[in-house]
Amino acid sequence: MSTIAAGLSALDRLDRLARLDTAVHRVDPRAKVITTAVFVVCVVSTGKYDLLGLLPFAVFPVVLAAEGDLPLGFLGRLLLMASPFALVMAAFNPLFDREVVAWLGSVPVTGGWISFASIVLRFLLTVAAALVLTATTSFAGVCLALEKLRVPEPLVTQLLLLYRYVFVLGDETRRMAQARRLRSFGRRGRDWRVYGQMLGHLLLRTFARAQRIYLAMKARGFDGSVRVARPLHFGPGDLVFTLGWSALFALFRTVNVPLALGRLVAGVLGIAAGTG
Amino acid sequence: MNRHAIAVRDLSFAYPDGTLALDGVSFDAVHGESVAVVGANGAGKSTLLLHLNGLLTPQRGSVDVGGTPVARDTLPEIRRTVGMVFQDPDDQLFMPTVAEDVGFGPLNLGLPPEAVAARVASALQRVGAEHLAERPPYRLSGGEKRAVAIATVLAMEPDVLVMDEPSSGLDPRARRRLLGLLKGFDQTRVIATHDLDLAAELCTRTIVMAGGRVLADRPTADVFADDALLEAGGLERPLGMRSCPVCGTEPARSGTPQK
Repeated sequence: MSTIAAGLSALDRLDRLARLDTAVHRVDPRAKVITTAVFVVCVVSTGKYDLLGLLPFAVFPVVLAAEGDLPLGFLGRLLLMASPFALVMAAFNPLFDREVVAWLGSVPVTGGWISFASIVLRFLLTVAAALVLTATTSFAGVCLALEKLRVPEPLVTQLLLLYRYVFVLGDETRRMAQARRLRSFGRRGRDWRVYGQMLGHLLLRTFARAQRIYLAMKARGFDGSVRVARPLHFGPGDLVFTLGWSALFALFRTVNVPLALGRLVAGVLGIAAGTG
Repeated sequence: MNRHAIAVRDLSFAYPDGTLALDGVSFDAVHGESVAVVGANGAGKSTLLLHLNGLLTPQRGSVDVGGTPVARDTLPEIRRTVGMVFQDPDDQLFMPTVAEDVGFGPLNLGLPPEAVAARVASALQRVGAEHLAERPPYRLSGGEKRAVAIATVLAMEPDVLVMDEPSSGLDPRARRRLLGLLKGFDQTRVIATHDLDLAAELCTRTIVMAGGRVLADRPTADVFADDALLEAGGLERPLGMRSCPVCGTEPARSGTPQK
């Protein structure tokens, strides 16, 4: 259960990072949300075997993380924590797609391995971008931007409350698991049954708490919409940020930049060789 | 019309599972008065409080606040008048930052942003929590959470404050600070509590509840001097009104609440 504590402390650290004050942090949340969305669409829609074409996209999370003073080691650890999901998703590609499409020296490379690498890379890129977005905008900032961008309000309210109470729920889970551990003396035989009951208990507690929160909200005049008075200002700089990055992503998406660069270099060398 | 007065008449309420939580409760609280509601667990204190700002509607009897009966169509007005501080501050603080949480009520009242900001600042200043404004609520200590929860209610400028166990889970110093804060309020206060010393210190009047009924409604000093009544209510004398367990001397103060 220490994984819960670790996860919560990571969330907490992301939230504290979001209170830094750098040029990236000051960009309007809407600009960052839109740019990240364009980034994700471009990355995800890149061809299945187009491994090389994906590489330039890394510039976005890396530049933002560097400019935003984010600790790269911490973000790297979070990426590693999340990566098993991608590995599982991609695991079967090398088994089903065995056609050899390239040779790396004398080692045959199958299409399956390339698409495997492409899935993992796309996962890393999109998750890194999402982490950087959260760490420079804060979860609440992202929610606020979503609301201003006309995402349905119930959805945004749900996200806000989910984030607020994941800490409370995590704490309750941790205490319950601790209580179980203290009286189970390292025995694991009946674990699954006990875990089932614990989950049930947590669900009931969640219902009770949701009821109390709803009462507390109603007592202060809640009428279905959560109003936040946080002024946002979308300036020319934010427009440049959004359009600049989006244009770059469009370029990466339509032109295989590493390949083009390679051809250019080869061409220059060829000319040099021809004239020399 | 006195907006600060509460009149509860013959109030009864049963939960859907059949538990009769309130059984003919009547009491009054007048302008600026501080009333304690004490009683064992399950005596009906919390259910009574939930009626005072219309979170529960009377099944029988009535609740009037400032001459306005609590009913479906008066709820917005009642909830503006009666501020409720819940037992668990985690239930009350649901917004991303303290300032936004304190501003939640005023924004719902339809105030313009500048007025909301002013109210947030003055409410936080009142409870000594200005420095917490930008913090997320889950990172506050128990005492800070409690102070902020009170600020969220003060920001609506209520005439009546209803509090459920305001001192539970606080360390002695945070509790002392809370007492000082509550003493300074001029709103009508109804405080449900197991902290009998708090009741003795803050409240001029005490209502003892048991089994959903009012056992006694008398001046606080009377209630805590009546051992038979305390026994019937599942209570005991506040520590401040007992003789010293070490040297046996009688308590210095007779439990007269300081106003």
